[in-house]
Parts: sequence; structure tokens; C-alpha cells
Amino acid sequence: MSSIRSILPEILLLALAIIVLILDPFLGEARRRLVLGWVTAGGLLAIFAVCLLAGRPGTPLFVYGGMLRFDWLAFLFELFFLFSAAISALFFMDIERVNRRAEAYLLLLAATLGMSLMAASADLIMLYLAIETTSIPLYLLGGFLTQDEKSTESGFKYLLFGALTTTVMLYGFSLIYGFTGTTSLYALNLHFNQFDALSVGVFFLVLAGLAFKVSLFPFQFWAPDVYEGAPTPVAGFLSTASKAAGFVVILRLFVVAFPAISANWTTVLAVLAALTMTVGNLIALTQKNIKRLLAYSSIAHAGYAMIGVVAFSQLGASSTIFYLIAYILTNLAAFGIVAAFGRVAGSDEISAYRGLSRRNSTLALGMLVSFLSLAGMPPFGGFVAKVLVFSAAIQNGYIWLAVVGVLNSIVGLYYYLNVLKVVYLYRMEGEDEEHHPVVLSRPYVISLTLLMIGIVLVGVLFAPWFNLAQRAALNLF
Amino acid sequence: MHFPILSVIVFTPVSAALLILLYKPDQKKAVRITALVTAGLVLLLSTIVYFSYDKAVAGYQFVEKYSWMPFLGISLHFGVDGLSAPLLLLTGIVMLTGVMISWGIEDRPREFFTFLFFLASGVLGVFASLDLFMLFFFYEIAVFPMYLLISIWGWVKTREYAAMKLTLYLFIGSVIALVGALAMYWQSGLHTFDMLVLERANFPATFQNVWFPFVFVGFAVLGGLFPFHNWSPDGHVAAPTAVSMFHAGVLMKLGAFAALRVGIMLLPEGAKTWQWVIMGLALVNIVYGALIASVQTDFKYVIGFSSVSHMGLVMLGFATLTREGLTGAGVQMFSHGVMTALFFAAVGMVYDRAHTRDIPKLGGMVGPLPMVAVGVIIASLVSMGMPGFSGFIAEFPIFMGVWKTQWVVAVVAAVSIVITASYVLLVVRRVFFGKMPAELEGHIRPINTFDKISLVLLCTIMVGLGLFPSLMVPWIQTGVQHVLSLLGGA
Repeated sequence: MSSIRSILPEILLLALAIIVLILDPFLGEARRRLVLGWVTAGGLLAIFAVCLLAGRPGTPLFVYGGMLRFDWLAFLFELFFLFSAAISALFFMDIERVNRRAEAYLLLLAATLGMSLMAASADLIMLYLAIETTSIPLYLLGGFLTQDEKSTESGFKYLLFGALTTTVMLYGFSLIYGFTGTTSLYALNLHFNQFDALSVGVFFLVLAGLAFKVSLFPFQFWAPDVYEGAPTPVAGFLSTASKAAGFVVILRLFVVAFPAISANWTTVLAVLAALTMTVGNLIALTQKNIKRLLAYSSIAHAGYAMIGVVAFSQLGASSTIFYLIAYILTNLAAFGIVAAFGRVAGSDEISAYRGLSRRNSTLALGMLVSFLSLAGMPPFGGFVAKVLVFSAAIQNGYIWLAVVGVLNSIVGLYYYLNVLKVVYLYRMEGEDEEHHPVVLSRPYVISLTLLMIGIVLVGVLFAPWFNLAQRAALNLF
Repeated sequence: MHFPILSVIVFTPVSAALLILLYKPDQKKAVRITALVTAGLVLLLSTIVYFSYDKAVAGYQFVEKYSWMPFLGISLHFGVDGLSAPLLLLTGIVMLTGVMISWGIEDRPREFFTFLFFLASGVLGVFASLDLFMLFFFYEIAVFPMYLLISIWGWVKTREYAAMKLTLYLFIGSVIALVGALAMYWQSGLHTFDMLVLERANFPATFQNVWFPFVFVGFAVLGGLFPFHNWSPDGHVAAPTAVSMFHAGVLMKLGAFAALRVGIMLLPEGAKTWQWVIMGLALVNIVYGALIASVQTDFKYVIGFSSVSHMGLVMLGFATLTREGLTGAGVQMFSHGVMTALFFAAVGMVYDRAHTRDIPKLGGMVGPLPMVAVGVIIASLVSMGMPGFSGFIAEFPIFMGVWKTQWVVAVVAAVSIVITASYVLLVVRRVFFGKMPAELEGHIRPINTFDKISLVLLCTIMVGLGLFPSLMVPWIQTGVQHVLSLLGGA
């Protein structure tokens, strides 16, 4: 029974995907968008609720011959993925040439399924399969707008970079198996318990694949091009759920499988985190396109989240998870707003946002909330999240890293403010904003309202969320 | 459990801000009335807190504590002492007068009051917080809305530049202080952000000496400490009237107060080590600020630099670490807040009518605007530290304290009083007396009732405090007593 319960989200996701497939041929052109969108989003939210009520893990449990580990870490991240997929499905509903295609929703569900397995994998083979199950649908989604050159470029670039780094990681996996004779993550710490050339080499090979997933320096090059070309909700999904999936694997792998190496190599990881933040933020300063700006900012955020991993402590892991909660909510909101506005304005240039506060003051306020949360301002989620990761760094003696993080958040504030300045201060050409209202469709109103409430709740009542993160982190140490 | 009056005070403005957001953009009148009622309520409650603070008992009163994040020892912990109670009152006063003076804002008043009240909640939260984490939480909330308030409603010529400069300066300061605060948290090993516990943490002297400058200066940036004062005059000038009042009247006190509460009170040994550096910087503030103010031709820049100079006196009072100096600094925070709020209100009133702040282009304003002239003259007397006004109650003890510590500093700082007297009197004469330029003749409308109420309220407080120091000094003294006990006897 518990082995069924442990893969409850995966089973239900598969069932939902089949329902979407079956529905597809029976739908007329007029109702496709509504039925497909609401069934996917509603189904995902229902799965979220069912798992929350019936699928909660007890003591950590290995299931299916040690392939998966059913614990709070996996469960919490599965909830993240379900939630971001549900929100993304709502965002899909108003993107032309995506919203009427059952394939888009199906690929979204398949990617979510893969991510859920990534979060729970306790075995290298399972992990690799899960990563591929996640990546292939995402490559397709990135290039989904086949008539659009940028979108095809985006999908292709993502595929090339992804294939390359995954291959390197697979090479690392095979070396691990060759030297140890086991593929179970939880058995590896017996072998890699000392710091030698071999462990370090393997560690870096594996790191390459994961660094690509979370866009860690120096594997961040793909992100801006892919985000810019992909349909906006796909970019939002890539930058939140996919990144979180990368982080859960990083946490599990480094803490469980390579404890000895990680303890010695945290300095290298710390340098990578610092470089990731700095590179992301500095390049973001010069961006003119909002999707590219958000792409660079999401690179920087991977760096902040990495600080918690570097701290290599229970507080560090909890703060990384908390950071991801705040970041998923915020970044989904940011991309959702960009998608909603881009649909009306037909442009993703920052200059197109002139006069937004007069065209739709609520949407402008939503932008204010999400950008301030990204910048780390209270009373929004980003503030507590940043304080927690910096605090974890200082606890473990990485004061310099906290200082780099703090300096970076100042740079971040500067470019977020510059966008808000355009939204609030500048006016449209002709100053006739009242004739150019920005109307939001119902799926966007619902999803953005949910996200705004979430951002404020995480920022103000942070204890319950932190307890969740802590419970997940406890499964690691 | 008593009535949670401090929570109510802190959360009233932000609740009102959310309520205002629910109005439609064109319900401007409803927005203004809601804002006025809220500000009145905050002033009323903060007055109640001030006058029911029991000086005989002293210490922290009206304490409320709700566990917020037990694992890290964060709690929503409010309480006031003799130093923060007057500042809460000051915030109430500035809020009410600020709302009355912003009555005429026509461009998106809904957003204006929303941001202003977010800022107000942040300010009140910092003054009332006894938890270090929450102090930062509220501090950031107080700093950020400034950016929007200045950049959207500010003076067209410099607002973008000034708003960005101000926000980045203050943000840099606060995050540097934050790193210091986190270092304190882990160093203490007590797993709490409760400042009442951290006060007794007895950090090692080396730790205190290393971190004190970060924490103190990080906050003092907002207090306008030299050489980090540069944002302040630009910010004051670019901001719309009510925001300048808030900014100079309350926000700069926020910096000074947090520097005292977190810097000096939690790291007293560090304060002793760095005392002379702070004193030197404060001295530069006072004299340099006054000198720059005396050569400005823009009315608002004069007041902006005079704020830098006067906040220097607060810092100087802190740096003495003596009973007299700290008491004077405490009174000065309140007195300067009221005075500068009045100055900026008056500048706003003149500018709204004459459409220029260039002093040579103004003159003879006493005719059409007699009450403004009286208000400015009273504020000028306060800023010179004239006996009978609140400025004297503030500055005299500061100079006593400084004399006791190092008389040379007192002599140099006293020079600034002469400079201040010369420039404020000159400004008063040029703007309000003399002959009115022909192009302004007949264009100066009289001020409205709300403006009059604000001016009268602010003047009454300054004169009242000057004549009856016992209305404030005993409060401050109980707070100072506590600071001195942390500094080790004295």
C-alpha cells in the first residue's frame, strides 16, 4: 500500500495525461482552449490536494527496490512541481498557438512527472531516466511555436546544451558505477568517503549536468536565449519548476552521496555561487528585453539559492528550500505578468511597459509586488528567503559570501527599480493610456491572485513554510 | 493581557493602505478622507501611549510578544521606552500634518497614500520593535516606498536621479547593517533576535570593535552621517512636500534611532572604541552642513543641508556617551523632526504659489502668507537653539555633554550655531520680507484651512516644548538611563 502511496502523484499525473489525450479528438475548435486548459490546471490542483491529504510520507522509505525514496524532501518538491505546473497550465490558456493544442498540456504533464521522479530518485539509473523524462518534453515546449524562428532556435539550443551536459553527467554516473559497483545514492557515501582525485573528478562531471539544470555559472549561457524564444509560460516553468528540480537533486546528491567531498569543496561551490550571482546580476543591468532580464535575474537567484547549499548544514538546506518556495511563487508571477502583458502589447521590450500603471493599475501593482520580492524587500517572500540564506552562510563562516550576496542584491534592486520606473513613471507615447487598457483574462486573474497571496503569505507568516522546509531538510542530515 | 495598542498603531496605516487600494482610482475624495482619519487615529493612539508611559517604572512598556519563528528565535516583539515613545508621537504628528498638506495631490492620490502609509507602518514598526529581525523587516518597508513617492510625485527635474540615489544609499546601508546583525546573532549563540536578550549578551570586545562600525554606520547612512549624507539633500529637494516632511522629519530619525538601538546599545564596547571617529564625523556634519546650507540659493536645499547639520548634532550627542549628550540627542530627534516638517511644509506652500524656490526670485511673502511667515520664523528660532523653543532644550544638553567629553569639539560645533543663525535669518528676510517681485504680485493665493491647522499644530508643539521641557525630558531621561547602564554604569 505504501508503495502505491509513494508514487501517488506520478500515477495521478499519468492518469491526467491520458484523460487529456482522450479528450483531445472529441473537442470542437470553439471549446478546446477552455476544456483543455481547465482540465489540466484543475486536474493538477486536484492532484495537489489529494497528495496533500492522502499522500503524505511518514518515516523515509525506500521503495521499488531502492529506486525511489519516499520522504518529505521528495514530497515537498513534488508539491512545488504540481503547483507550478497548474499555474503554468493557466498561463498556457491565453497563448496563441499553444492554448488549443493538447500536446502542449501533455508535454507539461510529462515534464512534471519526470520532475517528481527526479525529486524522489535514490538511484543513479532512476535519476538519469527521470532527468531525461523531464528534459525531452521541455526541449519540445521550448520550440513549440514552430512558425516562430526564435522559438525553434530556443528549443534547439536548449536541446544541444542539454544533451551535451547530460552526456557529461552520464559519463560521471558510469564512472561511479565502474568504481563502486553500485548505483544506489545511499550506498555511495561508503565509497566516496575521502577526498581524492577520483572523487573530485566524478563530482565535477556530475556537477556539470546539474549546474546546467539550475543555470549555475559557467553553464548559464543557454538561459537568456532559451527564455527569450520560448513561449513565456514555458520560460516561467523552466525558470521555476525545472530549476527547483535541479536543486533537489543537488541537495540529495551532494549531502547524501558525496558528504566528504562536499565538505572539502564547498569553497569551490561558494565561488561558483558568488560568480553565478555576480554574472547574472551584472549582465541583467544592460538588458532591454524583459524576458532576457528575468532570465539573467533567474541566473542570479540560482546563485543565492546555492548559498544555502554551500553552507552545508541543516539550516543551509532548509533555507535553500525556503528560498525556492519564495522564488517559485515570485518568478511564476513575474513571468505570468509578462505573458499577460506581452499578449496585449505584442512586445516584450521593457520600453513597451511605459504607462502600465495607468493602463491597468492592478497589474502594475502585481508587477511591483513580484519585482520587489525578487529584489528581496519585505513584506514579500524574497526578503525572508534572502535573510535566511545569508544567515546560513554566516553561521558557517562564509561571511565573505554573505557580503557578496548582499552587494549583489543591491545591483539587483537597481535593475528591478529601473523596470518599475518605466511602469510607474513614464507615459505612453501620446499620453492616452485610458484608450489602451490592458485587460486580463480569467485564467490570469485567478493564477496571479493566487501567486500574490502566496508571495505575501510567505513573506509575512514565514514560520509554517520554514517548518516545511526544515522537515524536508531533516531527511538529508 | 492588555490592549495591544502598539500593534494597532503599527498596523493601522498598512491596513488603511490596503483599504485605499480597494477604492476606484477616481474616488479621490474617499481616499483622502480615509487617509486623514487613519492619520488622526495614529496620532491619537500614539499620544495615548506617550502620556500613559509610566516614567516612574521606566523600562520597556506596553510590551507585546508573539512568537513568529521559534526555530530561529524571531518574534513579533513590540515595546516602547523613554526614547522611542516621543518618536512614535513624532511620527503621528508628521503623518497627520503630512496628509493634510497633501490634500491637493491630483495625480493618482490612491497610490500616493498607499505608499505613504506603507512607509508610515514601517517607521512605526522600527520605533516599536524589540526584535532585531523585525526591526530590519520594518526598516526595509520604511525605506523602499520612498523610491516610488519621490520618483512619481517628486520634482520633475531631479526626481529620477534623486530617488535612485537615495534608495541605493539607504539599501546599501541597511544590508551592511544586516550582515552585522546576523553576525551578532550567531556570535551570541543565544538563538534569538530578541534585543532585550542580546543587550546582555556581552559580546567579546574584539567582536564589538570589528562589527560596530558596520552596524552603526549602516544605519547612520539614513541619519545623514558624513560622508554618507549625500543622498539626503537631493532626496529632500526632489520629494513632494509631504514626503520631504516624512523624510527629514521622521526617516532620518529612524536611522539615528536604529544606530543607537542596534549599534550603541547592543555593542557598547565598540561604541566606546569608535566614539572619537563618530564624534569627528558628526562634527564635520554639523559645520560642513551649515556652511553648505549658507551658500544655497534654492530654499529647499537650504533646509535640506540644515537637516544634515542638525542630524549631526544628534550623532554628536550619541558620540559623547554621556547622560547630557544622549538626553539632548533624544530631544533633538523630536524637536528637529517637528521643526523640519514645518520648514518643508512652508517651502511647499511657497513653491506651490510662486512656482519657484530660487531665493533671489522670492520676496515679500509675509503679506499674502502671514501665517507661513510666522511658522518659518518660529522654526528658525528653534533651529538656532533659541531659549524658549524646543531647539534650546535639545542643543544645550548636547553641548554640555560634549564639553564634558572634549571641550574643543564643543567650541567648534558651537560655531555652527552662528552660521545657522546667519543663514536662516537671511532666508527669512529674503523670502518673506523686502519687496515682492512684480511677476508674483497678485498671484499668491492664501493658504487653506488644512495648511493653517498643520502650521499651528507644529508651532504649538515647538513653543510648548520650549516652555515646558518637563513634557518630554523626563521620558528621554528614563531611556537614557537604560543606555547608560548598558554602557557600564556612569
